[in-house]
Parts: sequence; C-alpha cells; structure tokens
Amino acid sequence: MSESLKVPTMAEYMAEGKQPEVLFWVGCAGSFDDRAKKITKAFVKLLHKANVDFAVLGTEESCTGDPAKRAGNEFLFQMQAVTNIEVLNAYDVKKIVTACPHCFNTIANEYPELGGTYEVMHHTQFLKTLLSEGRLTIEGGQYKGKRITFHDPCYLGRANGIYEAPRDLIHKLEAELVEMKNCKRNGLCCGAGGAQMFKDAEPGDKEVNIERTEQALEVQPEIVAAGCPFCNTMLTDGMKAKEKENVQIMDIAELIANAQDL
Amino acid sequence: MNYIPNILFAIALILGIGYFSKNVKKLIRNIKLGHAVDASDNSSQRWKNVINIALGQSKMVRRPISGLLHIIVYVGFIIINIEVVEIIIDGLFGTHRIGLQVLPTSVYGFLIGAFEILACLVFITVVVFWCRRNVLKLARFWKSEMTSWPKNDGNYILYFEMVLMTLFIVMNATDTAFQDLNSGNIVSQYISPLFSGVSEATRHGIERGAWWLHILGILVFLNYLYFSKHLHILLAFPNVYYGGLKPQGAFNNIEAVTNEVKLMMDPDADPFAAAPEGEDDAVPAKFGVSDVIDLNRIQLLNAYTCTECGRCTSECPANQTGKKLSPRKIMMDTRDRLEAVGKNIDANNGTFKDDGKQLLDDYITKEELWACTSCNACVEACPVSINPLSIILDMRRYLVMEQSAAPVELNTMMTNIENNGAPWPYNQMDRLNWKDE
Repeated sequence: MSESLKVPTMAEYMAEGKQPEVLFWVGCAGSFDDRAKKITKAFVKLLHKANVDFAVLGTEESCTGDPAKRAGNEFLFQMQAVTNIEVLNAYDVKKIVTACPHCFNTIANEYPELGGTYEVMHHTQFLKTLLSEGRLTIEGGQYKGKRITFHDPCYLGRANGIYEAPRDLIHKLEAELVEMKNCKRNGLCCGAGGAQMFKDAEPGDKEVNIERTEQALEVQPEIVAAGCPFCNTMLTDGMKAKEKENVQIMDIAELIANAQDL
Repeated sequence: MNYIPNILFAIALILGIGYFSKNVKKLIRNIKLGHAVDASDNSSQRWKNVINIALGQSKMVRRPISGLLHIIVYVGFIIINIEVVEIIIDGLFGTHRIGLQVLPTSVYGFLIGAFEILACLVFITVVVFWCRRNVLKLARFWKSEMTSWPKNDGNYILYFEMVLMTLFIVMNATDTAFQDLNSGNIVSQYISPLFSGVSEATRHGIERGAWWLHILGILVFLNYLYFSKHLHILLAFPNVYYGGLKPQGAFNNIEAVTNEVKLMMDPDADPFAAAPEGEDDAVPAKFGVSDVIDLNRIQLLNAYTCTECGRCTSECPANQTGKKLSPRKIMMDTRDRLEAVGKNIDANNGTFKDDGKQLLDDYITKEELWACTSCNACVEACPVSINPLSIILDMRRYLVMEQSAAPVELNTMMTNIENNGAPWPYNQMDRLNWKDE
C-alpha cells in the first residue's frame, strides 16, 4: 500500500484555531506494528467515510504506560501518564477513541486520578454510535453469511464490561456469529496481557495463544474477529502454529471497511 | 434437683465461645497488620453486593451444579441453626424442647419438620460434595497446592457436617415424646423404628447422647473455623462488602509515586528544600509488596476468606497451560504467611522477630508472579470477590521498583518506553509514518 491517507494532527487543528470532534489515540501497536497499522488505516477510512472530524497526536503521542504498569513499574507508568495528560490537556481534548483496549482501559480508568479525565471510547463503541446516528452504514458485502467468531479482549470485556458493541457490529455485517465455549466474561486471554507480549512465557505445557486458537478452531470459523492489536498478533501466530492460516484474524474495523471496499 | 448437666453445659458453652472469640481477636489483629485502606465510598453499592453476591450467591450459580448444591448446604446451615437457640435454652435451664411450650404444636412441628428435611438434603449434598472431591476427582480439587492439610481440611468439613446432620436426626428419632406428637418428625419417623428394639431407658440415653454430641459438635466446629478454609462462612460477607467496585481493568495508582512524579514535573519545585517538619525520620515508603505486612487489610481479609474452591485457578490461562501460577495458591500462601507472622508475634511478646522469611520467594516464587497475564479471569471467577491479581501486581511492583528484578525482556521493553515512548525500539518521530506507507 502506498496510498496516502489524510490524517490531521492536533497541532494542525490548533494552528487553524479549531477543535476536532474526537481524538483518535493510535497507540504503539497501531503506529508501529505492521499488522496493526492495517487496522489503524481501516479505522481512519471509516472515520473519513462517516465524515468524522478527527485528529491524532502524531509524534506527540507516547505509550500510555500500560505494559510498564502491569510489569510493576509504577514510576515509568506515571511518568508516561503525566506526560500524556499534559499534552492532552494542553489541546483541551474532551473525547478520545482508540482501537486498542489497553490504551482504552488505561486512559479511561487510570488517568483520571492523575489529572486526565476524558470521555474514552473503544473503536467498536464509536463505530456503533456512528451507525446509530446514521452517519455510517454497514453492509455485509463479502462477509455476508460468513462464519465469524469474536475473541473478547480481556481489557475490553472483563476489564470494562464491553461485550455487545463488537458483536452488534458483526451482526450488522449479516455474518453468522458463533461463540466459543469461553466467551464474554468467561473469555480466555490470548496470552499477551500483563506485559506478556514482550517476554517469553514461563515454563508450561502449552502457550496460552495456542490454547485460545484451539478454542476458536473448535467452532470452525472462517474468520476470527478481534478488537485488540495484541490479541490479533497472538491469534495470528496461533493459527500459523496450527497451520490453519486459511482462518483469517481480522479486526472489526477491517471487516467493516473491507465490506464496503474502502 | 440435679444441676450438674446445666453447669456442664454452661461451661462447654463458655469455653467454646470464649476460645472462638480469642481466635477472632487474633484474626482481627492479624488483618490489621496490613495497612489501612479507605473503603468508605459508595456504601449503598457495597450493601447491594453483599445482598446479591454473598447472601444471594449470585456468582456461585454461574457454575450451576456446584452452585445449586452449595445453596442447599448454605440455606440448610442457616435455617437449621435456628434449632441451636432451643438447644442452648434447654441446656442452660434444664428444659426439654422449650419450643413446644411457647409455640403451638403445629408451628413447632412445621419448624422441626423443615429442619429435618433440610438436614436430610444437606446430608445428601455433602455426600455428593465428597464424591466430587474423592471419587470424581474434579481437577480443581487435585491441583498441586491441594495436598496434605488443604485436601484433608476439605474432607474434614464434609465429615463434620455428615455427623452433625446424623446426630440431629437421631436425636429426634429417639425422642419418644416427640415421636408421639407425630408432628414435625417427617424424616425421623422412618429412623425411629430402628431403635424400637431397645428399652425406653436406652433410647433415652441415645437421645441424650445425640443431643450432647450435636451441641458439642457445633461448638467444636465453630472453633475449627479459625484453622480452616471454612472461615468463609463468616468472612464472605465483609469480604464482599469490601470487594472492588471499579472496573476490573483499573489498577490502583501508587500515591507515593504520584507525589514523586509531581515533584519531578513541577518546574517550581526546589530539589534542595529541607524536608517538611517531622518528615526527617520518616522511613521512605517501600514500593510494592515483599511480605504480608506490606499488603493492605482488604488483601489480608481476602486471604482469610478464601475457601480454596479453585474456580480462580481453573479459569486462569497460565494455570490451564501448565504454568506454576495458581491464583488460589497466591491466596493460600498469603494466609499461611500471615498466620506464621501472627504466631511469631504471639511467641515474642507482641513484636515480630525477623524469621528470615517473607512472602516473596519463601512462599510465592517469581516464576508464578511473572506468569500472570493480568486477564482478571481469577477475579471474575471468585464467588466472594477475592482479588488475587492485586497481590500479584503489588509483588511485581516490589520486584521491579525495589529490586530491579524484572525479566530481561521486560527491562528492554521498559527501556524502550523510557527512551522512545513505545515498547519497541522505534523513534517517536516516526509515529505517524503509517499514514504514508
């Protein structure tokens, strides 16, 4: 892909003396990970399609501190948090949308005590709102009738009780949503949370992502939908390990964008 | 008149309740070894949780079989214990079935009948529980932490309940006057014929024996609680009250760190300023947890409340994939260590004498702590709002902030965040490159 997307920054908005409707918090995975960048772009295309006035922080964005906090480094977390909050407050940000449940959880639940209170939405919630406001339409397109299962990211599901927004969007695709034996509040972790993404697992008899991949394969899906860039990586690796690369791991934003050939 | 039985009864009652009170005091003292935590917020939601989760058992029934069986024992336990009121009055004043003298026969019969049915149901349920542990060998009861005492403790509780229920029925079955009433002997009327071959005096002797063993058994069981996982029958209620109310993903921010960070970010702060009055001798706060006294009181209450059901461990992704981490073991280790610290204090005239041990390493290993994915499955699974994850996180904090002992890959990740604002070694100035790729 070499197409250039129009992605305004907060600095540009400020220079024009304007305020966007929402800040899109891209996150580290969404900015740097090759797989996650596709999710970022798909979401941006949907924002354009729905004529949402959005901006990103761009080079002023920095890690929320989630992996540092969960690894036990509270100092580093709070340094990151306070720095980010200063930037966000300087731009007078009120509303944030992000495609990463870890960024979502940290900003929504852990920043307020440190001086950063914003309305924070996961992108599936935001897309659902656009849909109900009639700003975005969703059609099944290539996913009509496809067998899709949804993997609940821990930091979206159990951590914040958001189970329905992603599922509602899958229904809008007119796809056949099948549930794994462990879903919603009983969803099994992909194995990446708590800073595990960045280290090898402790000795055991299986990797967590393999266990979860096997649970997904039990319901014989054509696509596993995810709502988190880290879950996406873990499950993609899992499918590779199980030699089931025909089963696609797709973010909900990608499904909706692809369905409309964006 | 012969007052000896009344006196013996009063002595048994005083000893039983007295020793139990002594241990409750010890339990409160031990919990207070942890630091205080403010949970005065949102009391209406807290009471709602007590009603739904503790009284209403709403999280127990998420596993319908064990949940419904548990409700039978729970309801049976509470209702049958009404009978204890009568037993205590009879025992102290030498009356016999005082209830019959104050209540109409039909009402008394209804009550005792209900108790008998419940006793019978509890007995059957407890046998099923025993089979689940010892015959079906459900995986969560056979994990590596469930050997020796924890395993026996589970069975002893079941035997206790079987014996108590049997004694209650036998006591009613051998009470000739009660059987002659033919009101309330719903179950015991079928047991009564078993004793028809013995003399009236022997039958009366069995009735007295069962009566005494029943009440002494209850007193022994009461005192067994402090040493057992069965303490949950009392502590589940306060524990649920103090349970977390925020979204599970919200981890606490350490206030001492916030103060440091604010100072670092404040351009007007004077780094050479003298410490405020009275702070000169203050011991700097320790970051994270290496022993039980570093935990907060709610975490210590959690440890005493845990009844080792293992729902947390069976939902834990690390445990499911063969890692050493077991959230239940985290709670059991915390309680064991707290008990050891408490005994140490008792043995050393009220002060803790360093025993060269701590919760970290001697009880909970680093390998267990680093296996956690912080997914909250254990927290979600606990029927009584215990949070093993908060202890794991606090211990990781000690490892990282006090000992710099994070796994090397995590140090790399954290160095990257420090240097370039991302867990990977990419330049912050390249953060928006994706839009042109």
